Amino acid sequence: MSKIKPRVKVPKEVSIDEIIEIKTLIRHPMHSGRMKDTDGQTIPRHIINSFSAKFNGKEIFQMDLEPSISTNPFIVFQYKAKESGKFDFEWIDDNGEIYSISKNMVVS
Amino acid sequence: MKLNKLRKISRRNALQLIAGFTGTAIFPSISFAESNQALNRINEITKGLGATESDIWLDLPEIAENGNQVKVSFEMDSPITESDYVKTVYILADGNPSPNVAKFSFTPEMGSCSATTRIRLSKTQNVYLLAENNNGQFLMTNTKVKVTIGGCGG
Repeated sequence: MSKIKPRVKVPKEVSIDEIIEIKTLIRHPMHSGRMKDTDGQTIPRHIINSFSAKFNGKEIFQMDLEPSISTNPFIVFQYKAKESGKFDFEWIDDNGEIYSISKNMVVS
Repeated sequence: MKLNKLRKISRRNALQLIAGFTGTAIFPSISFAESNQALNRINEITKGLGATESDIWLDLPEIAENGNQVKVSFEMDSPITESDYVKTVYILADGNPSPNVAKFSFTPEMGSCSATTRIRLSKTQNVYLLAENNNGQFLMTNTKVKVTIGGCGG
């Protein structure tokens, strides 16, 4: 199985009240539970079912993912920069595994 | 004379006519009888209240060549203040094995209510967006996507 690693793009320096775009991508097979492998066996469901973003400890965005989300979930959203701080991003899959990454942002 | 004219409708013609009539009679009833799982789900989420059709910017390709990776973007027109903001956005599909695709929970800190992701579509179908604001009001829109190769496996 390929190693799962998340990637996030957040601008490092922004001006106050600027609406920034946050792009996230994680490598995950997102098996919907309907696909079959080469032997014709159904691959059991294994998806990332939740994504959340926190800024300085406070949750700002959350998303529930279903099997209809593509392999390697790609999520883009926006955030209004008010102060410098740290973003914490977290993905949770069906096996209860948590993948996380943090990014700092400076507001000038 | 009249009898002769009637006989000009041959057996083959008659069969074709009958097939034609039954065809038009059966097929519309099939397509209308199909219940729309996305609309049923909207009814469930809104607890029967229903949603107002609205002019929300929901961007999907008109034709998706590969149903495995269909980009979907949306942006809601909302003041986004503590007292008035969009709380939840649901993406629903009426032709996938399950109507649920994604649920986004927004907060007023985000300054905008927009997001982009990539979804799977198993066949040509309508994709619905249902939005709930913090006052419990629902808005919806939908768009049709033609899918060349389905993306749900199986």
